[in-house]
Amino acid sequence: MSNGMLRRAQWAARAFAGYDRAAVDRIVAAAGEVAARNAARYAEWAVRETGFGVAEHKTLKNVACSTGLLAEYAGHDYVSPRADAATKTVSVPRPAGVVLALTPSTNPVATVYFKILLALMTRNAIVVSPHPMAKECCSDAARTLAEAAVAAGAPDGVIQVVEDPRLPLIEELMADPLVSVIVATGGTPVVRAAHRSGNPALGVGPGNVPVLVDRTADLERAARLIVDSKSFDNSILCTNESVLIVEDAVADRLVSLMRGAHPLSAGETGRLRETLFPGGVFDPRFVGKDAGWIAGQAGIRVPAGTRVLLAPFDLAVPEEPLAHEKLCPVLGVLRVPSAERGIDAARAVLRIAGAGHSAAIHSTDPRTIMEFGAAVPVLRVSVNAGNSLGGSGVHTNLPISMTIGTGYAGGSSAGANLQPGDLINWTRLAYHVDAPFGDFTGLDPWSSPEGPVPRYPEPSNARAVPAATAPATPAAAGPDALRAEIRRLILEELASMARR
Amino acid sequence: MLDYGLFAYASKDEVLEKSSAYWNPGKTQFWIDSGVPLVIDRREGYFLYDVSGRRLIDVHLNGGTYNLGHRNPEVVAALKQAADHFDIGNHHFPSLARTALAEALITTGPEGMSKVIYGSGGGEAIDIALKTARHTTGKRKIVSIVKAYHGHTGLAVGTGDDRFSKLFLADRPEEFAHVPFNDLAAMEAALRGRDVAAVIMETIPATYGFPLPEPGYLEGVKGLCETYDALYIADEVQTGLMRTGELWAITKHGIQPDILVTGKGISGGVYPIAAVLVSERCAGWLTEDGFAHMATFGGAELGCVVALKTLEICNRPETRSIVHHASDLIGRGLERIQRDNPGWFTGIRQNGLVIGLEFDHPEGAKHVMRQLYANGVWAIFSTLDPRVLQYKPGILLDPSLAEELLDRTALAIGRAAEEARS
Ligand SMILES: Cc1ncc(COP(=O)(O)O)c(C=O)c1O
Repeated sequence: MSNGMLRRAQWAARAFAGYDRAAVDRIVAAAGEVAARNAARYAEWAVRETGFGVAEHKTLKNVACSTGLLAEYAGHDYVSPRADAATKTVSVPRPAGVVLALTPSTNPVATVYFKILLALMTRNAIVVSPHPMAKECCSDAARTLAEAAVAAGAPDGVIQVVEDPRLPLIEELMADPLVSVIVATGGTPVVRAAHRSGNPALGVGPGNVPVLVDRTADLERAARLIVDSKSFDNSILCTNESVLIVEDAVADRLVSLMRGAHPLSAGETGRLRETLFPGGVFDPRFVGKDAGWIAGQAGIRVPAGTRVLLAPFDLAVPEEPLAHEKLCPVLGVLRVPSAERGIDAARAVLRIAGAGHSAAIHSTDPRTIMEFGAAVPVLRVSVNAGNSLGGSGVHTNLPISMTIGTGYAGGSSAGANLQPGDLINWTRLAYHVDAPFGDFTGLDPWSSPEGPVPRYPEPSNARAVPAATAPATPAAAGPDALRAEIRRLILEELASMARR
Repeated sequence: MLDYGLFAYASKDEVLEKSSAYWNPGKTQFWIDSGVPLVIDRREGYFLYDVSGRRLIDVHLNGGTYNLGHRNPEVVAALKQAADHFDIGNHHFPSLARTALAEALITTGPEGMSKVIYGSGGGEAIDIALKTARHTTGKRKIVSIVKAYHGHTGLAVGTGDDRFSKLFLADRPEEFAHVPFNDLAAMEAALRGRDVAAVIMETIPATYGFPLPEPGYLEGVKGLCETYDALYIADEVQTGLMRTGELWAITKHGIQPDILVTGKGISGGVYPIAAVLVSERCAGWLTEDGFAHMATFGGAELGCVVALKTLEICNRPETRSIVHHASDLIGRGLERIQRDNPGWFTGIRQNGLVIGLEFDHPEGAKHVMRQLYANGVWAIFSTLDPRVLQYKPGILLDPSLAEELLDRTALAIGRAAEEARS
């Protein structure tokens, strides 16, 4: 089973690696377009299948990981060689080959979209291994994109999906020498297994996001952004805030401004803690459920429309369950006497889990922001932004990404938001410093395929002379027109969704 | 020392000597004289190793027996697991494994197939097909093409070249008519008397060097069969099991055969078995007298398990895709080599990974075979047309091995040209 898929992917990768930019652009556009068109359908399917999250929010991520991604990388070129006369070098992009993509249950289809489009932009073949809890929607999505890509000229087998992702099979796949790189998003065990596999792996660890609000913050705005971000997709993302750290001086006012967030009493917090963490272990029934339902399970009455439960505690230490990642809209709250102590508290939260991932800060004081960024061991800090869409680049200018590198602090070789560039290497043609540099203008080693790849095995005595092929997708408009169109689409869709 | 536990030899020379003394002096000497003194030791994937340790890429694959590679791990695992529970079985009784394989062959087979009859080799399966055709039509005559090869058993040998029947006084010209390939007029002449039970056709005649049926030829033959009430037997022993990019090559012609024969590859290369798929019309004798064809080993249960696994692997979309990719690459590579060898490498006969390479010399393929062997590739000349080399890369080939194979082939073909002309 595994062997056939990877072998097929290897053939597809071999063919794809010779495609030129025009062909790649067409394929990426076709796959991105069908992904965007199905964003809402797969969002609903994912919620139905996993029981996690909010369809509307998942739709937004699916759009961000299709239309958004295309717009973001419209001007980029991961295909054409670049000659640089100043350094007397030519750089030729070289795709990884076969990408094995592990995708999570929490952020299922968006991650499938994301990894597939990155692979297509960089001329890689990809085998998607979805989390078993989300395998139906993810397989269907991968197949939909595969069909569109192949119809637009991509080689057969360029996108495949593991239909029955069981652990032994996934481990076998990860260790297979036919895999060029593993891109693993998921729980710590899966990520560790990817790194152990012997194959190059870009694995990303879990988050446990502290958010600091200091006395200089625009409290009104901070309150709104934190509630929106914490409740986004019912808080199952690794980027949702986990612990709110707030300076005492502004704490009461901040909480009073957090519309939709319900502050729990000490007694209620105790009951919630026991409900969510029976025997100190998180009960997975609560993953991605909404705040009202969770409160009900703990016997707590909350007003209708409650989106976040605020659970105060005193000290971020390992035995405090509320200081861990919660994967549901329960936000731990720590009051601190000063921003300095707040930075200490954020470090404490990350000692428990989530090092290398992300944090957020709401402040207008660059000095505090700088100190926070320098002291807190994460690789991205959302500033005056909610982290769920900030860390993943939707509401910040970070690269849009569903795969957040946690770097050395987080046990990963990838430290940035995963980008297309991570899936290629560059061959450098380097001249002797004294030798005259060649003229490479107009030289492109790649070409567009003529007809389907591979061609159907007609008997050689019946093979039709290949007709001049017309691409199936709207390339007639030219890449620039296409890009403008994509940009327009994404702006429209994001505007209508993100700011309801 | 070549020590294998149960048996041992002091050297390769001793193997060859004893092979001549106790087994087959003709064959043993033939290969020595041909410059291919191969005694196969280790075998794995698409590699064979001579007892001397030399590695060869196998593109003979015994006509597709090793389609999935030598000792394919999935197939071997299925056999090992089956051996813990099954054995050959009792051929008289309904059986678990035989039934499962029959169902799988019918459900994945060409439309119109109804029942499966088993043999332990291709020749026996062909005999079953011919007997079935005679029973169904009440007629005795069988038409095949000149230089056909359907095996050497009692009836099958009659359909083939005289060389193999006359020696054993087994030629029966009154029952077995041979007509030239790609000649519909000759075929019609043979069928016009309405006394023919069946036409038997390799979809691409292997031992004849894979001459391709001209577009419309097989379709025409099928049409003639219908007109003159003869059955169409598709011998897919070499062309079946995804080799042409579809499970059965005959379906690429849109033909529904009355009977289809598979062998070789269906064994997974590890347990002998062959099978005949017949239409409902041809299945009558199985009801009339189910004991009419008997063979102790036919449909041995271990073989059925292996065949079931093999069929499943062949049928995977991944396998089909690999065959399409590999045919494309190898086809283009061979075209390039052909351009570099004008006047010598004169033709490529290709349908998927069924490939014949044609050389401008009466024994051209023997030279190329020898040069390929010297350069690490094992491919065999066509017995019935030694101008043509049979070139059958594995259906699970990987791109780097395909490239390596083409490099070796280019060199060998060039060298063979010098050799043949000197
Ligand atoms: C097309 C074809 N049919 C039938 C046979 C006979 O098969 P077996 O050698 O298993 O009897 C062969 C063997 O080479 C063959 O090539």
